[in-house]
Amino acid sequence: MIMTAFKSRADVVSVPPKIIFEPTLEGFVYLLTERAVVPQSQMAALQAAAEAGELNYFQRIALRTGQIITGPSDYVDRLRNSVIIAGLSTLFSVILGVFAAYAFSRFPIPGKDDLLFFILSTRMLPPVVVTIPLFLMYRQLKLHDTHLGMILLYTVFNLSLAVWLLKGFMDEIPTEYEDAAMVDGYTRFQAFYKIVLPQAATGIAATTVFCLIFAWNEYAFALMLTSDDARTAPPSIATMLGRGGIEWSAIAAGSLGFLIPVVFVTFLLRNHLLRGVTFGAVRR
Amino acid sequence: MRTTHVHVKQTSYETRHLRWVLSDRAIVHLFIWPTLVLLICMNVFPLFYSLYLSFTDYSAIARQAPRWVGLQNFSDILNDPQLWKYFATTGKYAFFSVGLQVIVGFTLAMLVKEKFRGSGLITTLILLPMMLSPVVVGLFWKLIYNPTFGYFNYLLGFTDPSKGPDMLASRFAGKPVPDLALWAVVIVDVWMWSPFVMLLVLSGLKAIPEYLYEAAAIDRASPWFQFWHITLPQVLPLLLIAILFRTIEAFKAFDLVMGLTGGGPGDQTELIAVNLYRQAFLGQWQTGRASALAYIILIVIIAISNIYIRFLNRLRD
Repeated sequence: MIMTAFKSRADVVSVPPKIIFEPTLEGFVYLLTERAVVPQSQMAALQAAAEAGELNYFQRIALRTGQIITGPSDYVDRLRNSVIIAGLSTLFSVILGVFAAYAFSRFPIPGKDDLLFFILSTRMLPPVVVTIPLFLMYRQLKLHDTHLGMILLYTVFNLSLAVWLLKGFMDEIPTEYEDAAMVDGYTRFQAFYKIVLPQAATGIAATTVFCLIFAWNEYAFALMLTSDDARTAPPSIATMLGRGGIEWSAIAAGSLGFLIPVVFVTFLLRNHLLRGVTFGAVRR
Repeated sequence: MRTTHVHVKQTSYETRHLRWVLSDRAIVHLFIWPTLVLLICMNVFPLFYSLYLSFTDYSAIARQAPRWVGLQNFSDILNDPQLWKYFATTGKYAFFSVGLQVIVGFTLAMLVKEKFRGSGLITTLILLPMMLSPVVVGLFWKLIYNPTFGYFNYLLGFTDPSKGPDMLASRFAGKPVPDLALWAVVIVDVWMWSPFVMLLVLSGLKAIPEYLYEAAAIDRASPWFQFWHITLPQVLPLLLIAILFRTIEAFKAFDLVMGLTGGGPGDQTELIAVNLYRQAFLGQWQTGRASALAYIILIVIIAISNIYIRFLNRLRD
């Protein structure tokens, strides 16, 4: 896949598949730009310049493919949407999750187990089931295809994960520290943010990253609840197939740019991964 | 917000001062309600809303109010042979993909159990697939499966596209082979999620006390005996959790299939969640009927989970 991203169009579809090839950035250029066909009059000028040997990289591509670059493509917008929506929703999920997890972890709450199970069960629903009524709700509230709507949705979507994970981390912090602090005259709230939060820092970091990844990768909601303004990268990578033949090198480049952060993060997270994918139900 | 007026007496300082302090009860309410309110607005309310819609004849793009039709939608769905077929496809997919994941995941776990040089890197590489976006993974495998220039056939040794399998079109050497496309989806799902089973099995393996094996070695037990009577029973609870999670996910399977086949060829990989999407949005907009189908799927998932959890609890006792 990494290889495909750096192949030229001809190399992608060669038979048998090429293992060794001349890498180009053509895929990335296709991906990130809008292009138009070069008019005949300009082609002649380009060819003249080529013979004189004074072409830059983009002009060379223009000569080879007969297209010139006219501006940034939609994909740049989509990627920005992905960053904004995933980032902000993660921030909200984690903040709300920290509070709720602390309360669940430290206080006797009537019906605690039922509440926690309810919170977990929201993650068991197939997204498609919730999307139908949400779609109608969002249309009424004018939230369809808005950043705010998507951020709200992803916040809730990740909240259950955040609460479960963080509760698991906080259960491991001994209560003695807080108790001692409160004996020394700290209020409950002070004890929470001066003692518990610093101790739960690794857990909070891991939770943040999980929420980021899930929001970053989410496809179903994004496909059904956005159309253009707030569309994120996964659905748009998927629809790139439809336009102007299958630009495999562009799709590969798009996917690659989209996956690199995840690869990096997975490496950081490998010790917490088990907890993340089982909602903290299983300890390592 | 309830605040209580607390009179704090600090003997160490001999100072007295008054503070406004949040009581524990106020804190609990303050900390939990935002989360609950959000979940109720975005999950519980929509569920009730779609329950109501499932008893109506309604389309989201028609300019008509929902018309109450009672159980009509449900009886239509349950009498539709097509839908039974999609359920069967989903069941088949769940059975094979989860089964294979258990086998592959277990094997992987046994292999990487011992620490060796570079095991951290290997583990990261193995775990990577499940953190990737399923729809993008689907697209990539579409390229890999391509009969002319994909690596799949190339690595299997089919260099001539007319003689090799075309997985996503369910053809082998030009002749249609039923369900080949479904197997293509199963293969990708196994590639993606076997690591998850591996993780759970690994954590189970690490928890097995060493003395059990030592005792078995003294009794000259065969490796097979050790596996069946020590390893498997100890790992089984975790393995069943893995199976539960994966089964639920298989019934929710949507984005991978959309990226890979879009339900095709024909309707060979039309899993139930994909069909639900098609009925609800893609050109059909049968909102009422789709809501009813969504509820049926929900009931199936809840039923399966319950059977599993009962089984798990019985094992624990």
